[in-house]
Amino acid sequence: MRTTMRAVLCALAGTAALLLAPWADGAGPNDTCLACHGDASAKAASGKSVAVDPAVFSGSVHGSLNLPCTGCHTDVSADKIPHGPQKPVECATCHDKAAQQYKSTIHGLARAQGNAVAATCANCHGTHDIKRVADAGSKVSRANLEATCGACHGNTDVIRRANLPGGNVVAMYHDSIHGRALNQKTSAKDAVPVCTTCHGAHDMRPRADPQSRVARANIPDTCGGCHMNVKARWEQSQHGKLRQAHVMQAPGCTDCHSAHSIQRHDLDQWKLAAITACGTCHADRLDTYRDTFHGQVTRLGDARVATCDSCHGAHEVLPESDPMSRVSAQNRLATCQGCHPKANANFVQYDPHPNRHVREAGMLLFYTGKFMDLLLLGVFAFFGLHTVLWFYRSLKVVREQRAKARAVPPSENS
Amino acid sequence: MATPAVAARRALRSAASRYYVRFDRIDRTMHAFLMITFIGCALTGVPLLEADHAWARALAGMLGGIRTAGIIHRVCAAVMIVVFVAHVARVFLTALRRRNWLELVWSSTSMVPNLKDGRDIVAHVKWFLGKGERPRFDRYTYWEKFDYWAVFWGMFIIGGSGLLLWFPFFFSLFLPGWVFNIATLVHGEEALLAVGFIFTIHFFNGHVRPEKFPMDPVIFTGRISEHEMKEERGEEYDRLARGGRLSAVEASPPSPGVLAFGYVIGGTAVILGIATIVLIVGSVLL
Repeated sequence: MRTTMRAVLCALAGTAALLLAPWADGAGPNDTCLACHGDASAKAASGKSVAVDPAVFSGSVHGSLNLPCTGCHTDVSADKIPHGPQKPVECATCHDKAAQQYKSTIHGLARAQGNAVAATCANCHGTHDIKRVADAGSKVSRANLEATCGACHGNTDVIRRANLPGGNVVAMYHDSIHGRALNQKTSAKDAVPVCTTCHGAHDMRPRADPQSRVARANIPDTCGGCHMNVKARWEQSQHGKLRQAHVMQAPGCTDCHSAHSIQRHDLDQWKLAAITACGTCHADRLDTYRDTFHGQVTRLGDARVATCDSCHGAHEVLPESDPMSRVSAQNRLATCQGCHPKANANFVQYDPHPNRHVREAGMLLFYTGKFMDLLLLGVFAFFGLHTVLWFYRSLKVVREQRAKARAVPPSENS
Repeated sequence: MATPAVAARRALRSAASRYYVRFDRIDRTMHAFLMITFIGCALTGVPLLEADHAWARALAGMLGGIRTAGIIHRVCAAVMIVVFVAHVARVFLTALRRRNWLELVWSSTSMVPNLKDGRDIVAHVKWFLGKGERPRFDRYTYWEKFDYWAVFWGMFIIGGSGLLLWFPFFFSLFLPGWVFNIATLVHGEEALLAVGFIFTIHFFNGHVRPEKFPMDPVIFTGRISEHEMKEERGEEYDRLARGGRLSAVEASPPSPGVLAFGYVIGGTAVILGIATIVLIVGSVLL
């Protein structure tokens, strides 16, 4: 409805301009301008190209509405041709609401603070080639958004010079499960998120803004927009419960999955990376896990043994004390049997996080560890010293023998 | 590689016309199996212990991935256990055949430590410090006996814990699960001890020390020269000479082929072992 209104308004403005234009003679409204600017080699005094391809403009949303050049380039007059440098185009003249929203976006805020490279209207939408968002040819269509945002956020040179946050986020996105689904033309390509799905378009607020879709507190809702079931499970987990208690350090979606490099959960690479992700908070548990066969094998790059979530679950992770937890006394046997079908009640007395350095974690393990330490120390200390002394003596003896052999006259030696 | 020391030793060897058998064919075969399976277990097991280091991953990859390495580890372990059981059986059968159990536990050729070993340790250390003559050793020196019993102890500790970890479902029928935690700990620690000991102390004592450098081929050829026997095992030489039993163990010099074979196999073992030690020690230091 709003679009129709805008089209009507634009058409009216166009018609008015056409009627008022003194040079109107029944030909196109922009013929006078294109007489110069239609030439592909047209240049301003500064040497900058000022050419406009008439075909491109007529294919744009503004061209299709027959808007005159002066609709945007408002200070050009036919009285003075050729004209000098012009004021920048004010999109806000018509698109006042979008322009107002833009001011609170990270790009708008950066511009207001004097940043000269932050994206403005034309960076994302184009100039004479602007098309409707729904048009597949639009710079901001789903298919083209990666390239449009990537002009800056996927350009290592721009990223470095403008110090853009997150690095080459477009390249990361491209290789992520979302980017792959989009680019591999899967059945999900019309549903997978593109940049604006998570970040918003004209409401692309900085992360620190509580209203931002990607603010820490809002990420579960943003992801949950598609992944509703996962969000519901997460809310019931220890992590989700902590968030509800306003413990903001508790992990949300991106803490484990990352924002732009999200991988399929069944990839070995992701399973192994998830161990490290859990370990960023649960460092002591990671340490003790690494002392087990599970931890050693995964450290060597094989993901077919238990990783964190094999036992604890992923989105439904709960403390051992919770009867609903996969590792609770009630559920532990069933959890182990997931991989070890022959496991029995004895088997699950195995400690998958043994800490040999803490007496409380198990007396026998602690003292066995101490005994082994002493044994190794004792053997290597005794035989280490024994070997060093022996080496020193042997070297001396061998040298003396050699000296004696040399002292013997050659005639006797041969 | 013909350094003056090596050349001198070769000259001595060729000068000594007489050789004696020190290890028979079965001894040598068993040592070869023990050596190969030990190195097999060490190379396939060490990546797990040192999993934090990039070289561990590379080594596991060279062995066909950690899964294949696990299979090699178990095959080597099974063969090693067979060799061990065969050795113990042979020792007991020999004693049974000779009807001489005392010889097995308390004699000059027994592996059981005796008072002379205690005296030898003290005298040997005094010699290291330049305060006395080098003791005259018998058939088995105190450090050789230590090596021997270390393997025995290791067989029970590493072998036992390894079997627990290999067949957890069977053992959990009558053992609590926490024994697998103990087994994991002692399997790894004892393995580090064994690997560290064999690849440094045993190699030094048996092979790379200046008198033997680069290696002593006796465990591959089975033969020891008269000169070396007098130098290193004077008590045994005298005992055999007194009893007129020297001629019974006299043998032809080792053939160049066997000698070369020994050098290649033993040299490979020494290189693999020392490389493993360098990696382990490097990981601790770096």
